[in-house]
Amino acid sequence: MGHIQRWFLTVYYLGVKELSSVLADKVLLAFIIYCFSVSVYTVATGVKTDVAGARVAVVDADGSALSRRIRDALLPPQFKTPELIDRSQVDRVMDEGRYAFVLDLPPRLEADLREGHQPTIQLNIDATAMTMAGLGSAYIQTIINQEVAEALSPDAPNRAPVSVVTRTYFNPNLEGMWFQAVMAVIQYITIMSILLVGAAVIREREHGTIEHLLVMPLGASEIAAAKIWANGLVILVATGLSLQFVVRLWLGVPIEGSIPLFLACVALYLFATMSLGILLATVTRSMPQFSLVGIPVFLVLNMLSGATSPLESMPTVLQWLVQVSPTMHFVQLAQAILYRGAGLAIIWPQLLVLAGLGAGFLAVALPQFRAMLARSQ
Amino acid sequence: MSEAAITLSAVSHHYGDKVALDAVSLEVPAGATVAVIGPDGVGKSTLLGLIAGVRALQTGQVRVQGGDMADAKHRDLVAPRIAYMPQGLGRNLYPTLSVAENIDFFGRLFGQSAAERRQRIDRLLRATGLDPFPDRPAGKLSGGMKQKLSLCCSLIHDPDLLILDEPTTGVDPLSRRQFWSLIDNIRAERPGMTVIVATAYMEEAARFQHLVVVDEGRVLAAGPMQAVLQQAGADNPEQAFANLAAGGGAGAALVMPPRVLHDGPDAIVADGLTRRFGAFTAVDHVSFRIAKGEIFGFLGSNGCGKTTTMKMLTGLLPATEGTASLLGRPIGAADMQTRLRVGYMSQSFSLYEELSVRANLLLHARLYRMDAAAVQARTDEALQTFGLAEVADELPASLPLGIRQRLQLAAACLHKPDVLILDEPTSGVDPAARDLFWRHLADLSRRDGVTIFVSTHFMNEAERCDRISLMHSGRVLAVGTPVELRDAKGGATLEESFITFLEEASPSQPPPAAEPDLPAEPVKSGGKGELAASFGRIWAFARREMTEVLRDRIRLAFALIGPLILLLTFGYGITFDVENLPYAVFDRDQSLESRQLVENLSGSRYFQERAPVRSDLEIERRLRSGELRLVVAIPPSFGRDLLTGHQPELAVYLDGAMPFRAETARGYVQGIAQLYARELLRRSTLATAEASGPIIQPRFRYNQSFRSANAILPGVIMVVMIMIPGMLTAIGVVREREIGSIANLYASPASVPEFLLGKQMPYVVIGFVSLLILVATTVLLFGVMVNGSLAGLLLGGALYIMAATGLGLLVSTFVRTQVAAILVTAIISVVPAINFSGFLYPASTLEGGAALIGRAFPSLWFQTISLGAFAKARDFSALHLEFVMLGLFALGFMTAASLLLRKQEA
Repeated sequence: MGHIQRWFLTVYYLGVKELSSVLADKVLLAFIIYCFSVSVYTVATGVKTDVAGARVAVVDADGSALSRRIRDALLPPQFKTPELIDRSQVDRVMDEGRYAFVLDLPPRLEADLREGHQPTIQLNIDATAMTMAGLGSAYIQTIINQEVAEALSPDAPNRAPVSVVTRTYFNPNLEGMWFQAVMAVIQYITIMSILLVGAAVIREREHGTIEHLLVMPLGASEIAAAKIWANGLVILVATGLSLQFVVRLWLGVPIEGSIPLFLACVALYLFATMSLGILLATVTRSMPQFSLVGIPVFLVLNMLSGATSPLESMPTVLQWLVQVSPTMHFVQLAQAILYRGAGLAIIWPQLLVLAGLGAGFLAVALPQFRAMLARSQ
Repeated sequence: MSEAAITLSAVSHHYGDKVALDAVSLEVPAGATVAVIGPDGVGKSTLLGLIAGVRALQTGQVRVQGGDMADAKHRDLVAPRIAYMPQGLGRNLYPTLSVAENIDFFGRLFGQSAAERRQRIDRLLRATGLDPFPDRPAGKLSGGMKQKLSLCCSLIHDPDLLILDEPTTGVDPLSRRQFWSLIDNIRAERPGMTVIVATAYMEEAARFQHLVVVDEGRVLAAGPMQAVLQQAGADNPEQAFANLAAGGGAGAALVMPPRVLHDGPDAIVADGLTRRFGAFTAVDHVSFRIAKGEIFGFLGSNGCGKTTTMKMLTGLLPATEGTASLLGRPIGAADMQTRLRVGYMSQSFSLYEELSVRANLLLHARLYRMDAAAVQARTDEALQTFGLAEVADELPASLPLGIRQRLQLAAACLHKPDVLILDEPTSGVDPAARDLFWRHLADLSRRDGVTIFVSTHFMNEAERCDRISLMHSGRVLAVGTPVELRDAKGGATLEESFITFLEEASPSQPPPAAEPDLPAEPVKSGGKGELAASFGRIWAFARREMTEVLRDRIRLAFALIGPLILLLTFGYGITFDVENLPYAVFDRDQSLESRQLVENLSGSRYFQERAPVRSDLEIERRLRSGELRLVVAIPPSFGRDLLTGHQPELAVYLDGAMPFRAETARGYVQGIAQLYARELLRRSTLATAEASGPIIQPRFRYNQSFRSANAILPGVIMVVMIMIPGMLTAIGVVREREIGSIANLYASPASVPEFLLGKQMPYVVIGFVSLLILVATTVLLFGVMVNGSLAGLLLGGALYIMAATGLGLLVSTFVRTQVAAILVTAIISVVPAINFSGFLYPASTLEGGAALIGRAFPSLWFQTISLGAFAKARDFSALHLEFVMLGLFALGFMTAASLLLRKQEA
């Protein structure tokens, strides 16, 4: 039998063993299923990135028709019905976080405007709620401008000098849920791949079984490859089921791109993250150490993936550093395939990078296998 | 005479549908010494576990020291009077703790004073010959030394009942002799002490006053030694068992066939083989030559370097100095051909616990490249040969040590290797099975010419070898045939000569006899209050845990630095500002006004202009490729329409894949376009008063510059402080279960809450130190000030860390593996903390299940405290509700964990 066939056969046998190890841990299995189903649903439906139900208070020192008009224009679903407060209360209510926005309409607002002056309206924004603060304040400013213009010259048909019409591709109503659902799936793929495979390596060491493996006629590459395919398969199946049944059917997210293509990319992504997991496992000495290294790595990958915080806005140094993050490339790829229906012609650079990263991580990890054994003495 | 020390009536025990004990009744008088003998897997360990109270009783009654062991109150009462040493090499020890620290921990658990502990530790160490290395970590001890240390730990509290489950398995003859003299000495001091021991050494069993013969879950005979021997018509326990057992015993004694000389070069050659670990030389210039087909025995005291030598020969460990060759080829990790011809069996079980016996063998056969056709046949044959057919479909974890060893041997021989390297293959295996095993070795050597390199502590096995080598402290003392070595020191038996060799090699070894200079009874602690004793036990657990953490520098570093790295990365990396968005313009006007508008857009920090779009088709294509996030299309005659008040229509095409970013970008375009148009109109003659509106002055409070760091950092502290402390404790319980040290909880007088609190305490301290570092960094490096109550932040933080560590412990009690513990804790803590606690998305906008999850998790409450203290200048008094909630979470998690963790094995 040729070397190559031998290699694949060995990897296959070892992987089957690995698979039965994963499937034997019922608690773990139940948890994986929970994550890819119920938890994806909760995250997708629970998290709102748009402005919804924001609480607004108004200090109305003018009491004019215009000020009433502005108050009445802040409508659900973006805003809850504004409440009137006294100017002396502003600091306290903001401190307590009761309102996200406090609008301060000055005395003689309408009169000044009609006389051609430019009175100042103060908009207090609780900037600790970053997502809501920026968008919400933009909305409120637009609403005020529009109401003022309409109130002052009711005859003019068009108030704004320019009308801006938007057409949104790939998610016409900017439904946050579509985005959150897929990002939740990716988040679970990342964390599970790193932890499952890394822990599997450490487990071999802690149970002494790696000693046995290393006296057998196999090399580190077979052991690593077997762990990657077996654990990867579990996650890949979970991902496929989750996309089809949870994201598409249960949540009703229309997926434009090809799911088989996406799953093929997930497989490549799993190769990259699992290689990273193996690398982390070879540099740590025990399960407690591995967990303390693995979890922060996952968190950094996840938070700096470009999904929660746009890549373009990071400091340049970080932008350089995240180039070695498989998650960042994968998030771009996933958005391209799933939302924009992109095909291989568009995503090949990311695929290349993922393959390269995985190979790089493994190249560092594999020579460590024996050294790792000597260290555990 | 008072009530018997131990009474069992009609005790049965099942594991699944497998019967371990079948209606066993037994009585042991107080002060007796009892040996329990029988083959592997007949229920000896279960029997001892039930008596010790570490295993939950299923049916029947067990009375120990005058009370019912089914009664938890009685168990608590007698626990301090029972010492239980589980099977396995040092399974109840803590590997990173030193010898003295291990014993000290047990002393603390039993509430002994410092002076008392010191005295007892000294005495025990001296009696067991461990006194030269009180500071060596338990994990670095050899198997036999671990057993001795384990015994020291059991004996620290002067028990009335000593239960030892195969205590001398894997222990060298000298140490074994010392071990039993130690027990004799202790018995001499405490004549009332009852000792019950399961053993595989029949000659050891003969030392006991009583004998219990067990087979297949039943007691075949029990009573005073003489009576049992008489009943069985035997002279010694071994024979007694053979006569009593249903199968009629092992049959004829094994006689080794004479050595057959095989042609060919020496199979194993070692020349000056040396291995050092740091300053410690484990193997010191060892040389030997083993001929083809020879059975070469490796004997030596525990920790003398036998295992290390074998590991070097298999290529598992590189040699520091010297060379060795196997089958004529130098040993090297990469030589696959050599590996195919070698079988290796390690001292500790190194097959897969989660695979059945059969599956393990099948895997083995396949990995050794056997033909697909031969795999099944060879596996079946091995199952038969090694008597594993009955347990073929069981998991190794549920099998006794002896059968597991047999499985390992079966695996090592499966691929018919030319060389077998066996590291204490028969430790813990019963005599009949050992005989069987050696018959097999004899066949392999004499018939097939297999070279066998085997280490052992059994002298009758050593006598069966062609040649043996005596090793001590990394050096070979002597090599020769068994007869040569026996005669070299003039001993009557090989064992005597062997002990002489060892004693000569280490004259410093103190005689294990009684120590006249020590008071027979150590100082006793005065009676303590129940509460004080309880705190003492919590402290014992906490201290031990803390010592372990402090030893593990990497873990400690990551526990402290990890959070800091996360804080820095997120502080700099996460931002909600949308900046430098790649966009392009489709300008169909090309007027002065349109160009000015484009300049305004590109001039802002929000957008970065790319090559202009030239056609409608191009818009979608470039958005789809991900090159652009946004396209602004300016209609023809835009400038003219604008100036004439005809409200031109500006079309914005957005990539909606990231809704938040798209929404923000749209807002920016709209703002810039309107502002530009207004400015233009105001400058132009057509400007009217109406065109100017009010000035709207946004005030971003708590974060004037609208810096992401100000809003993010308090939240990052919240996320990190649930995750890292949770992760620190999550491994805690499940790891002790995997390693086996959980047995200490089962057998100790400590309660489950004491154990959990002790485990939690060190991590609360570490977590709090970490919190201080994070707060300091946030203030000093990022310049985000604590405007509110610092005291509130710290109190809230402490409560939050208690909740987080409690959560980790809770997870640890219900998962079965460390992997699951890590994964479950990570996800359970990270998902609600990031998504449902007001970190990235304001909590007030959460809906449905998400809002519920948010409130039902500590993070949301601490987020209010953290934001309140940093950004919002909230007072201590305004945070009462949050404190109460966090306190309740901490209490709730710990209570749940206490309820879930059982103090007995199933």
